[in-house]
Amino acid sequence: MNLSRVTLAFVFLVTWLAVFAQTQFVGLRHWLGIPLAVVPALVSYTALTHGIAVTTALSVLAGLWIDSLSASRLGVSVGPLFLLGFLLHLRRHLILRDQRYAQFWIGFGAGVSVNLLVLMLLSAGQREPISGWFSLWQIPMLGILNGAACPGAFVLFDALERTFGYRPATQSGFRSDREIVRGRHDRIH
Amino acid sequence: MLKRPHYLAIGGTALLLLALLNLPASVAERLKLVVSGSFLPLFGLRTATHSFLDRASFQLLPRSVLIDEIVRARQENADLSMAAMQGKEAMAENARLRAALSTPPRGPWNRRFARVIGRDATTWWRTLRIDLGSRDGLQANQVVLTASGLVGRVSQVGLTHADVALVGDAECGVSVTVRETRDLGIIKPGQASSGEGGLVEMSLLQNSPEVMAGQTVITSGLGGIFPAGIPVGSILDSRATEGGLFTTARIRLAVQLNRLEEVWVLQP
Repeated sequence: MNLSRVTLAFVFLVTWLAVFAQTQFVGLRHWLGIPLAVVPALVSYTALTHGIAVTTALSVLAGLWIDSLSASRLGVSVGPLFLLGFLLHLRRHLILRDQRYAQFWIGFGAGVSVNLLVLMLLSAGQREPISGWFSLWQIPMLGILNGAACPGAFVLFDALERTFGYRPATQSGFRSDREIVRGRHDRIH
Repeated sequence: MLKRPHYLAIGGTALLLLALLNLPASVAERLKLVVSGSFLPLFGLRTATHSFLDRASFQLLPRSVLIDEIVRARQENADLSMAAMQGKEAMAENARLRAALSTPPRGPWNRRFARVIGRDATTWWRTLRIDLGSRDGLQANQVVLTASGLVGRVSQVGLTHADVALVGDAECGVSVTVRETRDLGIIKPGQASSGEGGLVEMSLLQNSPEVMAGQTVITSGLGGIFPAGIPVGSILDSRATEGGLFTTARIRLAVQLNRLEEVWVLQP
């Protein structure tokens, strides 16, 4: 997909805002026990619609942003996000990325797998993360959140692309081989 | 089939990860502060929006509600003044007794108001961010609390903000005592710490059958970070562990950590 630079900038801007949103919205944490974490869904969208360079840059930046606003060691979130983006990008020709249900399940899988990988990496470190039986609720909920966010990302960025991207030139109905030439000796091609 | 850009992406990311994960802890923390600096405009915007909304809501409050608030505040002020009078006398007595026992006197609490501007971006830690930093004189390990009880301690300090490790986080071990029985224990992160954020687990240093539900847990003053006597919470239930050698209890925290908006930082 040939996306304009404005749309590309929007992808990074929305991811930056999404990382900030993870530190806000107390209500969601209180009622569901999870932050508003939709970055895996955004990385999935990017992997399915952009090149490997953009996907890598976004997963690295998003990972660094998330770690800088959490108590995790800097770099821990980068690996799982990159792995997700890379694998999705490699297999994107086999994925029905235009179908809403496929987008939901891609987002769901992204939310679950990234958070599981991060938890495994953190558990291998020196500090013990807060996890337990409640994590069995949190991780699927993060999956559902990302499952809902992934089609949302497609809708949002497609709308942005239509607004800011170059529109294809409209085709004229004129065909020279069907031209009616008026004159003394009318003839139809 | 992998192509050259794929190999470049894998190699570049792997190198970056190796470099980041092998950085010394102090350098990594500084780098984190630099990266999180990109969010300063958003945190500033959030603070400005909140103060604007606060001011707007004050303007919209009916006069009768404000008068009721003033009457209630006056009554509370009178009650607190009486309590402070009693407290001053008790403190003077305490200082005399400490002097008689050649024990250093307890210093007064210098507290500073701070607003909560964000929470940990992940679910795996219990931290929050406040709007005071090193330019306001904040230092690591300073105690954070509310009028209800202990919140945690300052773990990282930036120029304009600081991160607070909350009670129950791996970075915030607290030495506590049960007020009624004087049994000593520690609060540690664990399974009870997850979830709604209102529960933590306490391990008592020895088995104590006297510990029971409803008793109050306060800071013991041991460890050198938290002063003695700050309420932590109340015991929900307890059980003997390690073959009856120790007691583990679940504590319902005095402070609702999930709903904090303002805190106080104790400064020397």
